[in-house]
Formats: sequence, C-alpha cells, structure tokens
Amino acid sequence: MRRVGVFVCHCGSNIAGTVDVERVAKEACKFPNVVFATDYKYMCSEPGQQVIKDAIKEHNLDRVVVASCSPRMHEPTFRRCLESAGMNPYLFEMANIREHCSWVHPDKEKGTVKAIDLVRKAAAKVVKDEPLQKSSIGITKRALVIGGGIAGIQVALDIADAGFPVTIVEKEPTIGGRMAQIDKTFPTLDCSACILTPKMVDASQHPNIEILSYSEVEKVEGYVGNFNITIRKKARSVDMSKCTGCGTCWEKCPTKVDSEFDMGLGKRKAIYTPFPQAVPNKPVIDRIHCTKFKNGKCGICQKFCPTGAVDFEQQDELITEKYGAIVVSTGFNQFDHSVYGEYGYGKYPDVITGLHFERLINASGPTMGKIKRPSDHKIPETVVFVKCVGSRDEAKGKSYCSRTCCMYTAKHATLVHEKIPGSKSYIFYMDVRTPGKGYEEFYKRTAEEYEAQYIRGRVSKIYQKGDKLMVRGEDSLIGRPVEIEADMVVLANAMVAREDAGDLARTLGISYDKDNFFTEAHPKLRPVETHTAGVFLAGACQGPKDIPDSVAQAGAAASKAIGLLSKTQMESDAIVSNVDESRCSGCMICKGICPYKAIDAKIITERIGGKMAERQVAEVNKSLCQGCGACTVACRAGCLNLLGFTNEQILAEVEAVCL
Amino acid sequence: MKYAYYPGCSLHSTGIEYDMSSQLVAGKLGVELKEIPDWNCCGASAGHTTNHLLGLALPARNLAIAEKEGLDVMAPCASCYNRMKTSEVAVKSSQETKARVAEVTEMEYEGKVGVKSALEVFVKDAGLDTIKSLTVKNLGGMKIAAYYGCLLVRPVGIGFDDPENPMTMDDMVTALGGEAVDWPFKTECCGASLPTAREKVGLKLVYDILTIAQSVGAEAVVTACPLCFMNLDMRQNDLNKKVDNANFHLPIFYFTELMAIAFGEKPAKAGVGKHFVDTSSVLAKYNLK
Amino acid sequence: MQPINLTSASAAGKDFVEKVRKASGVDVKACYQCGKCSAGCPVAFAMDYTPRQVMRMLQLGLTEEVLKSHSIWLCAQCETCSARCPRKLEPAKVMEALRIEAKKAGFETEDEIATFNEKFLRSVASNGRVFEAGLVIGFNLATVRPFKDAGVAPSMLANGKLKLLPHKIKGRDAVRRMFEKAEKMEGEHK
Repeated sequence: MRRVGVFVCHCGSNIAGTVDVERVAKEACKFPNVVFATDYKYMCSEPGQQVIKDAIKEHNLDRVVVASCSPRMHEPTFRRCLESAGMNPYLFEMANIREHCSWVHPDKEKGTVKAIDLVRKAAAKVVKDEPLQKSSIGITKRALVIGGGIAGIQVALDIADAGFPVTIVEKEPTIGGRMAQIDKTFPTLDCSACILTPKMVDASQHPNIEILSYSEVEKVEGYVGNFNITIRKKARSVDMSKCTGCGTCWEKCPTKVDSEFDMGLGKRKAIYTPFPQAVPNKPVIDRIHCTKFKNGKCGICQKFCPTGAVDFEQQDELITEKYGAIVVSTGFNQFDHSVYGEYGYGKYPDVITGLHFERLINASGPTMGKIKRPSDHKIPETVVFVKCVGSRDEAKGKSYCSRTCCMYTAKHATLVHEKIPGSKSYIFYMDVRTPGKGYEEFYKRTAEEYEAQYIRGRVSKIYQKGDKLMVRGEDSLIGRPVEIEADMVVLANAMVAREDAGDLARTLGISYDKDNFFTEAHPKLRPVETHTAGVFLAGACQGPKDIPDSVAQAGAAASKAIGLLSKTQMESDAIVSNVDESRCSGCMICKGICPYKAIDAKIITERIGGKMAERQVAEVNKSLCQGCGACTVACRAGCLNLLGFTNEQILAEVEAVCL
Repeated sequence: MKYAYYPGCSLHSTGIEYDMSSQLVAGKLGVELKEIPDWNCCGASAGHTTNHLLGLALPARNLAIAEKEGLDVMAPCASCYNRMKTSEVAVKSSQETKARVAEVTEMEYEGKVGVKSALEVFVKDAGLDTIKSLTVKNLGGMKIAAYYGCLLVRPVGIGFDDPENPMTMDDMVTALGGEAVDWPFKTECCGASLPTAREKVGLKLVYDILTIAQSVGAEAVVTACPLCFMNLDMRQNDLNKKVDNANFHLPIFYFTELMAIAFGEKPAKAGVGKHFVDTSSVLAKYNLK
Repeated sequence: MQPINLTSASAAGKDFVEKVRKASGVDVKACYQCGKCSAGCPVAFAMDYTPRQVMRMLQLGLTEEVLKSHSIWLCAQCETCSARCPRKLEPAKVMEALRIEAKKAGFETEDEIATFNEKFLRSVASNGRVFEAGLVIGFNLATVRPFKDAGVAPSMLANGKLKLLPHKIKGRDAVRRMFEKAEKMEGEHK
C-alpha cells in the first residue's frame, strides 16, 4: 500500500477561475492509495512547497502528485522540493490542469470534471513510479558557432574570452554577414564597417578562435557536451596556407560577375573576396563563372600568383570534430518582392530594396557612396520609401512585423536628405514602431528636420511613366488617394529566414516555426536555448532583430554555452530507456531506430538448461539516451521500457481515465 | 473541340464585332461553337449587387442548359465570364448554395461543366504554335497594348492568368507578328457601366487608360471584353470634346479581330468596319486591309 | 463636426456588422486600415468615403452613414481591392452586401446608378436579356437628359449595334420567376 499525497494548485485565478480546485482535492481523497489531498493558491511558491514538505513528514507520504501547470514549467521545481524533503525526486507526477484544462475550457463544471480525471490519471501512475538515479557524462570543452555575422562573431569572442576554444563555420568566403553590407547604423549613424571590422579582426586574431570560412556543417551526431560535427570545407581553389591576400589574382582576372555583396549593383571578379576588409582576406574562385572551370582556358590568376597558391585541382574536404556546445547564428535573408505584381514584379530597375540602398550610399559601394538610381545613374530628387513590403501581409508575404524596417527607413530618409540637397522623401507606413533606446527621437528628427514626409497608408501600385515611377497610395489620415511622381522607390523588404534554415534545423535536431525561424525553448524564460540541449540561438535566425538585439542575444547565448562548458561533468536525466535482458531476443531493430546512437548489441552469458550459453541482447548507453521513447515502440517483445514512462505506468494511466 | 457558346447580350448588339470575329477564329482553329439554346442575361454587376442569389442563379441557368448538353461554356465577354465563373465556383464549393440556386432556377446544375473565356480557348488552349502556323498576314510589328480589364483575371486564384500582369494576349500579339508593348494599366478598370451611368467618373477611368497606352507608344489597343471595347472605342470622341487637350484617335481591337485578320480574313468580315475610331490607317500602314 | 458616441454606435451596429459578415463572408474587424484597397481603387477619387473608410465605419458600427454613402454605389466591382488586400479580406464583397442592404433600407444615394441598375434588371426580367437600346433610352429619359449619347445612335443602328426591338427569349417566364423567387428567398434568408 502506497501513501500518495495530492496537491492542487489555484495558480491564482489561472486554474481556480475555471476549475473548482477544492472539489478536485476532495475527490482526489477518494482515489486508491491517496491518503492526503489539499489545495493551495500558488503551489510553486516557497510557502506552497512548504505545504508539500510538511505533508510528506506529517502523513508519511511516499508518492506525490501536484496538479498545476505543464511539467515543462515546474516539474524541476517540485522534484527539487521532494529531494529536499528526503524523497527520490522521481516518485512524483504532475497533472497539467492549466494548459490542458483551465486555459482551454470556458465551462467550470466540465473543466472541473476533466481536472479530476487528469488527477486520477496521475495518481494511478505515481503508484507505479520507481526511484530513479541520474547518471553523469563528460563534456568536450569547445564550442561551434554556425554563421559568422555580427551575432556569431560576438558569441565566438565572448566564449573565447572565457577561455574556451571556438570554431566559426561560415558558408561565405568571409565572416561579417549582413552587417558588413550595411552603411550606417541607427540611431547613432555611426559607420557599420568601422564598428564591425575591428571585431572581425579580433575574431581572426584571437588565439581561441578558429574561422572556417567557405564551409558548411554537413552532419551532426552525438548529444549535449559531446557533439561530433562533420564540416564540409568547400574547395576555394586557393591554398590558404600559401596565399598572402596580395590581390594580384583578382586584379588580373578577366571575368566580371555581378557582386552578391553589392546586391548586383556592382561587379566582382571570378576569383574574389566579397569586400576589401574580408576576413580571411583570401579569395575563392567562383567555379560557375570562372573561364578555366567553364572551358579549360585562361588560368591567368594562377600564372600571376606570386606564391603559387591558386589550385584548380582542390577538392572539398570533410572534417569531423568534437564540440560540447553549438550556437546557431545563421542570420536572415531579405524578402523577395518579385511576388508583388502591383509593384512591378521586381522588374523596374529603380524600385530597389533596403539592402540595395545600403550599397548605394556606401563609400566603398558601386557608386562610391553617391545615391544614383540604377537605370540611368541620375541622382534622384524624389525618393519614395515603402514600408512593410512582405511584412504584415498574409496574402503575399509574412504575417509578422520585421521590427527593423521602421528604423532603417528613417535612417535612409535622413541620409537622402544629407546626401542630396533639395531632395524630398516620402515614407509610406502603416504604423511607426520605434521601441528601442533613442529610436523614437531618431524617427522624430527624420520627420521634423530631414524633410521626410510620412504618409500613413500601404502603397497599392507602382508603375513606370516615362522616366518617373508613379506611386499610388492612400493618405489614410485624410482619407484620400495620393499619387507621387518618384525618381526612385526603396522597398523596406521583410526579414525572412534563410532558405536552407529548415535543412539546418533538421541536421541539428532543433525546431523551427511556420516561417522557418528557429524556435527558442521558451519565448520569455529561455530565449536563447533550443529544445535540444547544448544548442543555442543568437541573432536573426531566431526572428527579425536589429544589431543591438542580435549582439545582446549573442552575449546571452555565449554565457549559456560558457555555463555548459565550465562544467567537467554533466548530469544526464534519469528518464532513459531500459532493456529487460531476459526477454530481449537481440533482434536489434531498436538500434536502427535510435536517433542518438545510444543502443548497441552486447553478448551476455547465461545458464540455459544447466549449460552456459552466450546470447546477443541490446544495451542502452544511459549517457547517450535522450529518453525519446522511439525504441520502446519499435521493440517487438516489449522488453524496452522508458524509465518513468514504463508500459505498466502508461497502462495504469489509460485504465484510470478510460475504465 | 466543342463548346457551348454564350455570346451574352453585348455580342448580339454593341459588341457585334466580337461575335463575328469569334466565329471566324473558331472556324480557323477548328473549335466548334454551339450557342446555348435560349440563353438569358448573366445579370452583369447589376444582378449580384442587387440580389446575391439572383447574381448566382442567372448565370447558373445557362450553365445548367450547357450541362445538359455535356459541354463546357465559352464566354467571350469578361463580365459574363466573371459572373459565370463566380456562379460555377459557388455551386461547386457549397451544397447549400447549389440547392438554393437550383430552387431559383428550377434546373439542376451540378458543376460538371464550367466556363472558359474566349481568350483561354483561342489562345491558351489552342497554343501559340498553332496561332503562328495559321498566321498568313503578319501584323508587321504593329505596337499594340494588350488591355485585359479587371474582371478577366478575377477572382484572384481562380483566373487563368496573372492578376497583375497577365500575358495571354501579349503572347498572342507577338505570335501574330505584332509588338506587345509593356504597359502598367493592363488590368485597370474601365468603369464598366459608369461612363453611361455616371459619366464624369467613368470618363476619367477611360481617359487614364488611353493616356497611358498612348504614352508608351501604342498604335492600337487590343481587348477581350465588349464593355472595355465600347468604353475605349466609343468614348474617345466624348473625351476629345469634353476634356481639354484630349486628342485620342487610338484604334481599339478585339483580340479575335486581330487573329481573324492575321489568319487572312478580310477586316470587314471580322466586323472591323463597325468601330467608332477609324482603324483603316493603322491597318493600311501594316498592309492589313 | 459632432462627436460620434461610440458606445451607442457600436452597440447598435453589432447586428448589422454580423449581417454583413454573413452576406459577404468578410470579417470587417480583421481590417487593419492600411488603405491599400483605397489606393488601388479606380473610383476612390469620386467617393465620399474611401473603401478603407467604409470598412472603418463598419468597425465602429456607423450603420446608417455607411448605407447612405455614395461609395457603395460608385464601386465598379472590379475587385482590385480584393485582389490586393494584405489581410485577404474582400472589400468588393462588402460593397456588394452594403448596396443590397442600402436598397432594402431605401437609401439609394446614387440615383443614376440605382436607376441604371434597376432599368437593366427590369429589362432582363421582362425579356430574359438586356435590350440595350431600350435600356439606354429609358435610363436617359429617367435621368432627364434624353439626348445623352444620342449622337452615336444612327451609326450604331447602321452597324447593327442597336436593335429597335428587344429579343425576347422563350424562357422569359422562367427568368421572371427567378427574379421573384430570388427576392423572396433572400428576404427569408437574412
């Protein structure tokens, strides 16, 4: 006979508003093995936990059920509570009567009946709980950062400064990311490159940082503290150990290609570094456009290279390394506005995007910082900015707000006014959102001192009329259609997830949302962790973010990673799979199913009919097992059980609810 | 191919050229058109903005007749096409609507047959290669603005071409040897009955469309809707009288007229002599008379 | 300008907004007032309230003002607004529903358009098809400008574009019954 105690939480009015908690407690007293039940306003609070501890002592409880919120929220809290009362923390069950009941049901009577059922279920299971023990595993004190933009660089610097080796894997030939493309930063208008490039150099010179540019993560195996990562170092066609970055090759290369870095507004060579301050400052050959690779002729770069670094034969290289923690900081893409027929399907050359504009105003950009429109290189007098292109648009784009566009558009309008005397800017907006330090003041200045006319309304049509672009909107504040003859239109395109974000998420085993942004473990309380232990998030790969927020999140992700790497040993959860060897036939189906490679075959010796015989059975590595339960379903003999969720326990729950 | 032909009220009166030329083109393409017996008016926009159910039922009666004959419908008029398509989709997507429509029409329409516009049948389905092979009189590079109007590409998601930048007629113009000019007012509304009912409002829409077409150097405009045609063709004279500096002499064609001419028919046989705006000089310029 | 008492307006307008939602399938509450509908509307320049404002007035429950607006009659039903709405709402369908309601309530703010539509449908009801000559003449007489568009008549007659007598279809009785039934059923439905 077990002695079960049931504790029903009000959660203020969160639960008590829809569930009659007193009745639940009263009913719980009638369940088999329950010797005590009570309710309390906040079970998770200090006095609430004291209620549990006192009851354990007073009623000599050996099993505890708390009916409150999701175990995601407070299971660790209550397990600690049991531990401090001298009990094994796994002799505990939670009935989720908040998320699964009170929050989703409006009817108090029905809600109460359901809550009673949920508690009955937990009480039936807890009787079958057995004491479990945690095990511990070692940790590889080394971090991998995927993506070398400002977020990734900051993460790497912080972890490296804490004394741990870091590898940055960057798929482009250089680190720097989107911030390198940006000209000025809001709200201070300081030069983006001036604050970014020193950090890039710091990263490249830091003794604890290794940069693998032009590389991608290919495969991820292992688990928190012990990841085995396979990285593809793409063939640069340049021997990094010989190249000095002198630049002779790209000066001599005869093939010009649209520069991705300059958003196609300028040219680069087929052998190139994306921009002069690239880190590493060593080129790659773009094999798709290089004449040598296309038809075997040319080879000029190789001829002129003073150190013999150009290597047309170079192959991709795969390396596998061990890491303890992973930080994902792969950044964002700009929304492709060619889905907007009403804005010309992207075919008007003078309808450009925010990132194009950044390159146009950049002193080292294709126009040397002069704002010239792409079609005829005329300096525009009237510039129209259109916000929320692809943002807040369920029909053609994304439902979310991209958070940065209000500010960068204000910045652009300011720069138009500064760079083109006598010019006029018009900004079409739906709302102006400036929730950052100094942001509102910056926006006000743009509107009041920099001749930017804000017009509240979404643009419905942009079309070419002669050499002007006609922009039609409604000034919704006076309720009249308006029309502007513009020389150039700048669209504030949404920030969207990288097109390969889903693939990377699957490689890493982390989750992502409907828009392909990686999902944090908790939107408020675990903003930089993922649901996969040891994998953290930084920057815009988690959702649209500006530079300050990306850097702040990078610091947070780094400190989480440092926290993990600082430990020598790590406790692993006791909820792991367990083999009943007496019934295991050694078929090893479970081995193929296990996503964590935690199951292997082993040979046991046993006495059969008086003789000793050897037999193959499955064995679970308790450190590797993540407790997903996949093997227990696959096992034909039912001899695999997830501790804490054994078949017996689950059946007890089913019986309690269904019979 | 055989279709139930729904000319609609306009093609028997103000849009007679569209009827004449459609019949010619159908013959050349080997498309058999069998007029829906005793068809009724689709109600146009007056119908559905007065009584929603009536707006679905009027086209449904014609669809029901066509369904009895087991033929899909071809409707040259954009407005008729739009109303019939709306009715078709409404009946197909709701059992309740189907029952209510059947009660009003006293006929069963199951949604087994549907409606296509003449542009779909003559250009999309026939294919540009066929059109090219039938062309005996090349349009000689005549600069033509393809004007689709609004209803031909609506409702969005159901139409047969892009709602903002449709290309079916442009491709046809190119196939016939003309030059389809790129212009931004392909799907702007001509005002439908507004130039008649509210002249000032309606005329502005027509004025804007003609102005833009002229500004991109179009020598003619090609349409696929009798209402668009009437507004653009008949109202030019009005505009020239009533609007300062207006001086429009822009020939308007049905796409079927251009096809018939390019396929070797005499323009008069396709109804081209019945236009308000003179077409003879542009046809003469390209030896198409 | 009198302030609008929103407390009473939104209470009074609640049922009407629900009626519009049922008839049009559009939930006006979802409109975030961006104005893209009005910016692209070819007739907005002539309207007393832009389509966005019509949506707003419904949100606030200003039933009578909406029904008395000219905008709902001027709408040409080109559906450009519906095609471009970022919230996938269909203002054109709202306009349609409002015009039907306005007619029921006896607010035909745009006489000429209402008359035109009425004459159009009357022609269909009695002949089964539109008799265009009769329609235009009847309309011009009703709106007291008998000679509007008269100049084009002779050439149209000559070209076979105008018929002097209506074509009456055989099933015109069936069509007339459709009008009667549709009116009766729509009356009961709402």
